[in-house]
Amino acid sequence: MAWELSDDRPIYLQLMEHIQGDILSGVYPLGGKLPSVRDLAACASVNPNTMQKALSELERSGLLYSQRTSGRFVTEDEQLIQSLQASIAEKEIAEFLKKMERFGLKKEDIIKLIR
Amino acid sequence: MNYILECNNLSKVYSGFLALDRLNLKIPSGRIIGLLGPNGSGKSTLIKLINGLLTATEGDILFDSQPLGIHSREHISYLPDRMYLPEWMKIHEVFTYFDDFYKDFNKEKALYMLKDLGIDENKRLKTLSKGTKEKVQLILVMSRNAKLYLLDEPIAGVDPAARDYILKTIISNYNPDASLIISTHLISDIETVLDDVLFLQNGKITLSATVDQIREEKQKSVDQLFREVFKC
Repeated sequence: MAWELSDDRPIYLQLMEHIQGDILSGVYPLGGKLPSVRDLAACASVNPNTMQKALSELERSGLLYSQRTSGRFVTEDEQLIQSLQASIAEKEIAEFLKKMERFGLKKEDIIKLIR
Repeated sequence: MNYILECNNLSKVYSGFLALDRLNLKIPSGRIIGLLGPNGSGKSTLIKLINGLLTATEGDILFDSQPLGIHSREHISYLPDRMYLPEWMKIHEVFTYFDDFYKDFNKEKALYMLKDLGIDENKRLKTLSKGTKEKVQLILVMSRNAKLYLLDEPIAGVDPAARDYILKTIISNYNPDASLIISTHLISDIETVLDDVLFLQNGKITLSATVDQIREEKQKSVDQLFREVFKC
């Protein structure tokens, strides 16, 4: 199955988000090895150079690191993962609240509904 | 930078009609390039010139830093936009023919792909549907270990499932030192596979950019941009 990619944004950014999601949700565990660029590219149905760029960017952010001969691995830094999860959650919640406000719901109402 | 292909001031005139107009093009190794343009914009003319099937009216082409000749014929794998193989041949006979003809043809790979697509090697070409014929031709072309692949409308007649298989095959099989030029109208199908995009209009290249540059700058896909630029 090719990955779901939208039309209006750069492909490498979407690949980064996809892989980041797979790391946060544990598809690729801490310290685990990532498939090769070529396999990931075939799996996503994208150009290998674009996949390479996405992985290099994730390396720069510290989420991945590469070992010259043995491939690319997920970071072992648990704190980094947690802080990333927190910042994503914050962003998503802010967006959610904005949407709810649009429909006239107040914070207290929303909390009640979630419970 | 090492270029696998260079076109300098390339023009082609067909009895008074200017099909290519002083076109300049440099293609590095290891790229997948989409050659996009409306009907009659010069895509097939350009591909045929690179392939040595037509001669330029003006300008020159360098392949691997050499003029076209034996070297370019040996290392360019070309998929024409129409069937050119003898229809009475059986598929395995065509494979043997290619194996004899091209040093870089990998018959095992071709047979493997044929099996993946569920095509019987004992069938004669004339008994195949249009789409299946196209698949066989594409298998032949992609089973060569070439430096440059020129695919003229490779997926137009094949069903979407086979299209996915073919694109995956291109991604996972092509040699990272080779380049691939695909001319097509089915942009949205191949967009994510491309590195670079060339828009051809009235025999000139009007846009040359990477797919992500286009998406970043215009916030739209190459397919959407094409529809705007070439709006009728």
